[in-house]
Amino acid sequence: MTTATAVGSRPEINPWVRFAVRRLSRLVVSVLALLSAAFLMIHLIPGDPVRSALGPAAPKSLVDAQRESLGLNDPLWEQYLHFLQHLFTGNLGTSITTGLPVSDVIRDRLPATVQLAVAAFLVAVLIALPVGLAMGVLTRAGRRPRAELGFTSTSVVLAAIPEFLLAVGLVYVFAVKLQWFPVAGRGNVASYVLPVLSLAIGPAAVLARICRVELLAVLQTDYLRTARAKRLPATAVYLRHALPNAVTATITLGGLLLGGMVAGTVLVENVFGWPGLGSTIVSSILAKDYPLVQGVVLVYGVGVLLVNLAVDVALALLDPRSTIRES
Amino acid sequence: MARRARWIAVLRTPVGAGAGVLLLAVLLLALFAPLLWSDQASAIDTEHLLEGTSSQHWLGTDSLGRDIFYRVLVASRTSIMLALLATALGVLAGLVLGTAPVLLGRRAGRLTTALVNIAVAFPGLLLALFFAVIFGVGAKGAVLAIGLAGAPAFARLTQTLVAGIAERDFVAAARIAGVGRFRILLRHILPNIAEPLVVNATIGAGGVLLAFAGLSFLGLGVQPPAYDWGRLMGESLNGIYVHPAAALAPGVAVVIAGLAFNLFGEAVAKGLGVPALVGPRLRTRTPETVPAAPVDDEAVLVVKDLRVSFPGPITPVRGVSFTIHKGEIVGVVGESGSGKSLTALAVAQLIEPPGQVEAAELSFLGAPLLGRLADRGSAATRRRLLGTSFAMVFQDPMTSFNPTKRIGVQLAEGAREHQGLSRRQAMARAVDRLRAVRVPAAGRRARQYPHEFSGGMRQRAMIGMGLMGAPALIVADEPTTALDVTVQRQVLRLLETIRETDDVAVLLISHDITVVAQVCDRVLVMYAGRIVEDLPASDLATGARHPYTRALLAAVPDLDTPLDEPLAVIPGRPVDPSAFPTGCAYRVRCEFVVESCSAKDPELVGADHRVACWNPQGRTVLGIESIRTGQR
Repeated sequence: MTTATAVGSRPEINPWVRFAVRRLSRLVVSVLALLSAAFLMIHLIPGDPVRSALGPAAPKSLVDAQRESLGLNDPLWEQYLHFLQHLFTGNLGTSITTGLPVSDVIRDRLPATVQLAVAAFLVAVLIALPVGLAMGVLTRAGRRPRAELGFTSTSVVLAAIPEFLLAVGLVYVFAVKLQWFPVAGRGNVASYVLPVLSLAIGPAAVLARICRVELLAVLQTDYLRTARAKRLPATAVYLRHALPNAVTATITLGGLLLGGMVAGTVLVENVFGWPGLGSTIVSSILAKDYPLVQGVVLVYGVGVLLVNLAVDVALALLDPRSTIRES
Repeated sequence: MARRARWIAVLRTPVGAGAGVLLLAVLLLALFAPLLWSDQASAIDTEHLLEGTSSQHWLGTDSLGRDIFYRVLVASRTSIMLALLATALGVLAGLVLGTAPVLLGRRAGRLTTALVNIAVAFPGLLLALFFAVIFGVGAKGAVLAIGLAGAPAFARLTQTLVAGIAERDFVAAARIAGVGRFRILLRHILPNIAEPLVVNATIGAGGVLLAFAGLSFLGLGVQPPAYDWGRLMGESLNGIYVHPAAALAPGVAVVIAGLAFNLFGEAVAKGLGVPALVGPRLRTRTPETVPAAPVDDEAVLVVKDLRVSFPGPITPVRGVSFTIHKGEIVGVVGESGSGKSLTALAVAQLIEPPGQVEAAELSFLGAPLLGRLADRGSAATRRRLLGTSFAMVFQDPMTSFNPTKRIGVQLAEGAREHQGLSRRQAMARAVDRLRAVRVPAAGRRARQYPHEFSGGMRQRAMIGMGLMGAPALIVADEPTTALDVTVQRQVLRLLETIRETDDVAVLLISHDITVVAQVCDRVLVMYAGRIVEDLPASDLATGARHPYTRALLAAVPDLDTPLDEPLAVIPGRPVDPSAFPTGCAYRVRCEFVVESCSAKDPELVGADHRVACWNPQGRTVLGIESIRTGQR
């Protein structure tokens, strides 16, 4: 009887494959939840959304026609199926106020928002990582207590100012008083400076603080002591052993900030009259243009999920344990 | 009582007191401003429309000629009340969602947990906008929207807190006693998570305040004629060219109020948690004179009057002297807190600031280790000497390797640095060394990460790392404490083999006197930062003279130990290093105290067998024969 091989060895699944499967299935579940929430949103609105969109003065025939064209008279599950079906063909419905296809509006406005968010993210990371790491090294083990106090209090205050307030302040100082940059609108490079800064400064302050704390924690670890016991030069200890681990932990915690930055575009765009999705979502909520709201919410939601996915993948590449740890 | 004392302590710290006063001021303003200044805030002054700062209107007027300053003051109530309402709603909804796993049982609980996990991934503002669509534009809608948007985060927090409490013994006991789920939640769990929840809600209220301002700013929150800070900002944004104060003043108010909640919450969280340890600046003190010691050819390590101190001041190691010769295994034993590990770290030059190391002499292979070096060149020489000839093995193999680097790379690193090997040569040497410490399949293992190694394997690899150069001394700080007994023996035997084949000296730190007795040539017994006895290991069983050494030996159970009697222990507690008593530190626990014990700390005297005691005991200790005869 040679069943030993059949019984003894269970095929060993590559941890990367397992990670990919697990992470993708989580993405699928999240996307499904997002789709259902966006679909149900319209049905959870008290009263008749079409009536409230068109106003009390609109003739009943118009309301009925609009309801019919939106398919609101069908049974709920049928509407859900239609909704999903349309989504796969890229059909997000028609704006009630302008009559334009929602997908066209999104295609028109998405690039401005993505540019803003990506630029702000890069600026935030490029400020936060060097500043946070340098502060960590300089203030390790209670050195330079005054520098530490200054850094911590500055970053706390900067992080406490919401992006739209910061935007107003920046507009006042740099656009109204100094007139270095335009007050609003999207045009040349100069028009990007203030919106990007208002979006980046808060997260950068938080990220720099996290980064410093993480570095300090890494400096306390046993493996850093091991690195020192190898009598490596200080720069090698910091760059080779402390930095990668501090950055890994920073990304874990900073990932949430990134998602927040995507949402932050909504406020910043409204201050600067930025022609992106953020302005669209607010104006469409105010106009009760529900199909448009639904479409933009979906885009924002998917954006956040993709950002989270990117963070997880980056983590898995940087720290091989994280692929294992979850299981 | 204790809880109240801690809250008072929080209010005594500068940040806690400042934030507390600020928060109180903000709350009082919200309470009284509308009563006092409602009229001024709504008075329409058609003579002064959209005017700047004047003696009549401090911050100018809006488009209807209403005074901005009073409007900002009066808006505090609406802003703060709505923010608190939304926070309360968020905490409540979060509490319901977060305790669902306890209340509803496994399946329903898992479903809510999954939903919360999905929702938490989305930023609060996006959730708030989503709910704002459903609940409609306006103050009520915004409270519901922001409250529910905050719920997932609070649910996650509640889940974490509940999970921590639910595993405690008293909850398990209540469950076994048949107490209902709801009752367990109400009586046992909620009271224990209330404090962190309230603290986090306070911090959260600051964020909610800002979020609410954001929503109102966008025109989705408070609707005219009512107004809050966000609304005031939104209305005056277009006029920022002519009238910046109108847009900036409410913004400043929002930030101050938000900070008040935030800082107070943080201060409380910090105060109720672990006290922060902020050490003063490091000072490296160099000994005034390094006396030239008579050269001892065989001495690998010479330590004279070693002291380790920390700000406080605490001196956990005070005046330790010993010498380790070539190929000798010296054990250091003592209770935790006796200073044995610090001695090892100090000898290895691994004490981190603010810790401070002083010694009359500390030399390794004849080279002094303490003292500032004249130039970079000799610093590099010292580093190379330590990097190639001085090996360390740490207590916990699970945490002593860098988790993000392959084992082989971590071994090779030092050799590339100090021996000038190429990447490939260093890697080959690493594989060879792993083989030398009997790691099976060394070539494959070298390419693996630490988490793929077992504890025993990691400790072997750590020893292998020390063998990358040509070590003269291995300092092993409790190398087997984290390992199980069989693995422990293998690691000890490995150290012994290395000593025999390469004539390497070993300094073995352990709290386990039987381990030390098995493998060492000489034993140093430490108590309260000093060596109290230094004797050949062969004398340990029969010749220990210090009462503390004898008590340690008597506490070791063996096969003859009667099972129906309690195990022997050393009465009393180890001494607190921040308050050493005068005289001998052991006298409070010692049964052989004489008069001189309390007067002066005894010196460590003797030649081959040194004892620091005013009343050393005779040469027989009962019941410890087995330590050496049975196990060596």
